[in-house]
Amino acid sequence: MYALAIQQLEKTYPNQVKAVQGIDLTVEKGDFFALLGPNGAGKSTTIGVISSLVNKTGGKVEVFGYNLETHLNEAKREIGLVPQEFNFNQFETVEQIVVNQAGYYGVPRKEAVKRAEKYLKQLDLWDKRNNRGRELSGGMKRRLMIARALIHEPKLLILDEPTAGVDIELRRSMWDFLRQINAQGITIILTTHYLEEAEMLCRNIAIIDKGKIVENTSMKSLLAKLNQETFILDTDPMPFKPKIEGLFSTWVDDHTLEVDVEKSTALNDIFDKLSAAGITVKSMRNKANRLEELFVRLVQGEQ
Amino acid sequence: MWHPSYGIALKSIIYREISRFMRIWVQTLVPPAITMSLYFVIFGNLIGSRIGEMQGVDYMSFIVPGLIMMSVITNSYANVTSSFFGAKFQNFIEEMLVAPVPNAVIVAGYMVGGMARGILVGGIVTLVSMVFSAIELHNIPIIFTTVVLTSALFSLAGLINAVFAKSFDDINIIPTFILTPLTYLGGVFYSMSLLPPFWQGVSQLNPIVYMVNAFRYGFLGISDVSMWTAYSVMIGFIAVFFGLAMYLISTGKGLRS
Repeated sequence: MYALAIQQLEKTYPNQVKAVQGIDLTVEKGDFFALLGPNGAGKSTTIGVISSLVNKTGGKVEVFGYNLETHLNEAKREIGLVPQEFNFNQFETVEQIVVNQAGYYGVPRKEAVKRAEKYLKQLDLWDKRNNRGRELSGGMKRRLMIARALIHEPKLLILDEPTAGVDIELRRSMWDFLRQINAQGITIILTTHYLEEAEMLCRNIAIIDKGKIVENTSMKSLLAKLNQETFILDTDPMPFKPKIEGLFSTWVDDHTLEVDVEKSTALNDIFDKLSAAGITVKSMRNKANRLEELFVRLVQGEQ
Repeated sequence: MWHPSYGIALKSIIYREISRFMRIWVQTLVPPAITMSLYFVIFGNLIGSRIGEMQGVDYMSFIVPGLIMMSVITNSYANVTSSFFGAKFQNFIEEMLVAPVPNAVIVAGYMVGGMARGILVGGIVTLVSMVFSAIELHNIPIIFTTVVLTSALFSLAGLINAVFAKSFDDINIIPTFILTPLTYLGGVFYSMSLLPPFWQGVSQLNPIVYMVNAFRYGFLGISDVSMWTAYSVMIGFIAVFFGLAMYLISTGKGLRS
């Protein structure tokens, strides 16, 4: 049984926009799964259908074996949703927001208060429990929505761009938290614009574009498809920007060189060629947006 | 099929609804007390003393049940429209839509929240009225059931209004152009017997007439309509409005895309 199984999912909005066009997708139990795609690709619509906020126009969705059409409430109990937009009562306190949510899932109030303490402490919000929603910073609001999504202890956590607008330090602490709860057995599905985030966290990935899945594989095999690497070299100033024989390179400025090489190329060969051209390398780093490149390539390949 | 979690969900919605209007009590509980005090002073004491009797009772005693009912109606209605529309506007209605809460529980939760405010405000206005007039109690069960049914009916009507509403204007149009005129023409300030026969007939199409009269009967033992008709109208409207609210929420009108 899969944590999530989607077959031929379709959603056409009343204005005839086909947001999702026959998606097939499975997510294994315990997986950390990334759903990537450009704006308007159909990610949020897909998540909306899974969490029953959007009515599908075709196909089948099962959450831990529960079909949304026949066992909707059973399926809902297994899902915790962290949406993209803030959707809590800005006038209620942090504690009220999570305790009320627990109540909707049938968690008795006494137990809900206990769990609220646990999750608010884990997400560093316990000190803010008596603050109203509107008094929180953007990062705190995101964490509040994560605490709220976990309060009924779901098996599947769906996060729609959870780190949008969150600073780097906080983003990293959220990653740690998500890794930790995934290690405890919660299946996580994440949509994100930060490709680095998907690369750091997720084991499997699906790329969606124009309502269709264009790639669905493991992160490892996706990255393996990239047989090229780009290095950025800081050199001594080279006003004449010499051409380097046998190396595909581009001068960014007179002391920064980008070199594209096949993964199998020995670094010694690269340095030999640079020395032959009279270039002294002071430092070197890897260009980090590998996944970004692949993403653009896949999405453009569809056009 | 009923699941034990649904009872907890219902309690949570009711608890949240009551906390909401209690949190903003200056906006929700105080204004009706002030407005009704003014009605009692102006219509009851100042003008009422010149009017004399209405259906055999002094004018002040005549309008007290009507004014209590008027505050129950407007507060039940306003509670649900502003709460439900606020939840839609801020999107936190989604908290309930993603949870395993049956539509009937959502409707019942908002209905009971509206009833709680309507009945509480009715109680406050009753206490205020005691400053101006001695209260008679002719039939307590009728007083109690009428106020419960009326607050339920207008809470459901408010919910339907809020489901259709797309802006704050939309939750004010119905109260201003329909609810207030129907209430003022619903026998709060006068007996139907004062109207010419044609307008008496027209007034019978106004459901608020039946609620105000049944409530007045509970206090004073006088009514322009029969209790059977009054209860049938109230229960009939509640059944229709509950069904309609359920239908609208289950089809996701204004809630799901």
